[in-house]
Amino acid sequence: MTTPLLQVENLKKYFEVPQGQLHAVDDVSFSINTGETLGVVGESGCGKSTLGRVVLHLLESTDGTIIYNGEDVTRVSASKLKNLRSKMQIIFQDPYSSLDPRMTIYQTISEPMLITKKLSREDIKKRVFELMDVVGLARRFVNAYPHELDGGRRQRIGIARALSLEPEFIVCDEPVSALDVSIQAQILNLLIDIQSEMGIAYIFITHDLSVVKHISNNIIVMYLGQIVEKVASEELFSKQIHPYTKALLSAVPVPVVDHNKERILLKGEISSPVNPKPGCRFAPRCDYARDACFAENPEFREILPEHFVKCHFAEEFV
Amino acid sequence: MNGGDRALNETILSVKNLTVEYKSRETGVCHAVNNVSFEVRKGETIGLVGETGAGKTTIALSIMRLLPMPPGRVVSGEILLSGENILAMPNAKMRNIRGDKVSMIFQDPMTALNPIDKVGDQISEMVRLHLKLNRADAAAKAAEMLETVGIPSTRFNDYPHQFSGGMKQRVIIAIALACKPELLLADEPTTALDVTIQAQVLNMMKELKNEFGTSMVLITHDLGVVAETCDRVAVVYAGEIVEIGTADAVFEKRSHPYTRGLFDSLPDITGARKRLIPIVGLMPDPTALPKGCKFSPRCPLADDACRQAPVELASVSDTHLVRCIKAAE
Repeated sequence: MTTPLLQVENLKKYFEVPQGQLHAVDDVSFSINTGETLGVVGESGCGKSTLGRVVLHLLESTDGTIIYNGEDVTRVSASKLKNLRSKMQIIFQDPYSSLDPRMTIYQTISEPMLITKKLSREDIKKRVFELMDVVGLARRFVNAYPHELDGGRRQRIGIARALSLEPEFIVCDEPVSALDVSIQAQILNLLIDIQSEMGIAYIFITHDLSVVKHISNNIIVMYLGQIVEKVASEELFSKQIHPYTKALLSAVPVPVVDHNKERILLKGEISSPVNPKPGCRFAPRCDYARDACFAENPEFREILPEHFVKCHFAEEFV
Repeated sequence: MNGGDRALNETILSVKNLTVEYKSRETGVCHAVNNVSFEVRKGETIGLVGETGAGKTTIALSIMRLLPMPPGRVVSGEILLSGENILAMPNAKMRNIRGDKVSMIFQDPMTALNPIDKVGDQISEMVRLHLKLNRADAAAKAAEMLETVGIPSTRFNDYPHQFSGGMKQRVIIAIALACKPELLLADEPTTALDVTIQAQVLNMMKELKNEFGTSMVLITHDLGVVAETCDRVAVVYAGEIVEIGTADAVFEKRSHPYTRGLFDSLPDITGARKRLIPIVGLMPDPTALPKGCKFSPRCPLADDACRQAPVELASVSDTHLVRCIKAAE
């Protein structure tokens, strides 16, 4: 076994709110190898974006360990963090608000390289043009401002900036959700090409199940701050086990006209992540919930090889 | 298109050669909707599908007579609601029709409700206005509508901020359906919602539509939503309908290269992974549309004939029309 590039163990992020403690990320463990993509999927408020930010140290974790390249980086000094950050980057969801409207494309892409001070001005200039070629931005846009460009091109700027320091690892937080499908396909292809050329590992956060299946090696499904299922992407649709995963997959509208489609409709809505009750977080909406589900938090267990599920009765759903 | 069926199926809405433009001093004339025609029959759902800026919402706003004027302007065309041209109606009459015979649901449930008014009162307002009920009867009717959309009527006195996104969209649907309109325009009604909530809301809309016999125009960019809710589909590109027909025909045949491009751009959730085939380039600038086929600059099949003259919609079968001279290929 190779050492994973990133290993996260029992990671927790709680926020103090007036009503109590908000469990945004609650006891999450996973690992990613170099050049692989881990898809993180779940609905609004399940903690997937918080997870990405905690891994990048954009938010301080409450508890747990983050191991990067074999080294514990859960608590690091500011200077070390600066070093670490050049290896770990992020691409944001909204290409309209994640770029500084007063900076030209050149300034936006070159800024990280100016901060790390590793390249001369000449080299930076060369690198900016290189990066624009890589992400498919015409060089004539180099002095343009974000408002002059459409959403797809702006997202390419965000990607170029993330690549500028030659990172080993990028958190992609809903990078295609704000884009139309034809542009979405262009950006997904670009991200896949970049990964196969540069061997970058991705955490790909999204609510879109068809996108996550397309791009990921492994997928974790989150519900209310916890991972309920972890599975290889090609098995997600054939061998999903957790009742939430099943309902989530069944809710996705598929572009095929089928007049007899049966669908699992979940009752109710996601409950509050503030001071969660003991027991399975999904139990109040689960059709199969029994007394044990409300009493005890289920363990995250390996049900099939490399296929983990957080459910007391997982064996019944295989 | 539906000649034989007309005797059986009453036409509720008929949009004929609708052309809408927006004028601005800086950018010139923006050709948002160009010569769009379609019909909606009683109880039917038609989907208008297309990407950002295709003109879908402008079509809906024209039907509601809610187009901002200026800068918007209906250049030509007719919109017949049960045979009456609503574009020629006096404002007062249109105000009576809006909300009563035709209602609209907007995309963003977070901003469509009045934040300082109780949700029950917002439904009552609609009923009092159109059904001329007194306060008590209107409140009773509003409470009944809340229950109909799956919200306990005990929440009548709650404010919008006390509801989640899915619940707000239910309230909006309750308002839109309170007067049992003949036609419902739904503009991306579930786009802002999570998939499991979207499934709940779509399911409920389908049930209510069948119960009330409402016809619906569903605007969306999501081909999956179209497949699950629509009887017929119109694919809109650069202000034009490029393909229209029964959902079965359009999804199976995919005759226009743009329609095919949309499908090829989508990751397949059920099948094996293959590389996506995006549509090259971007939608044309609506202030300077190409002379010939509007999709020709991005089309892999385009040749000189496509670029020279505008292309008309032509039938490929009796349930299916396509705007492409290469459709046969």
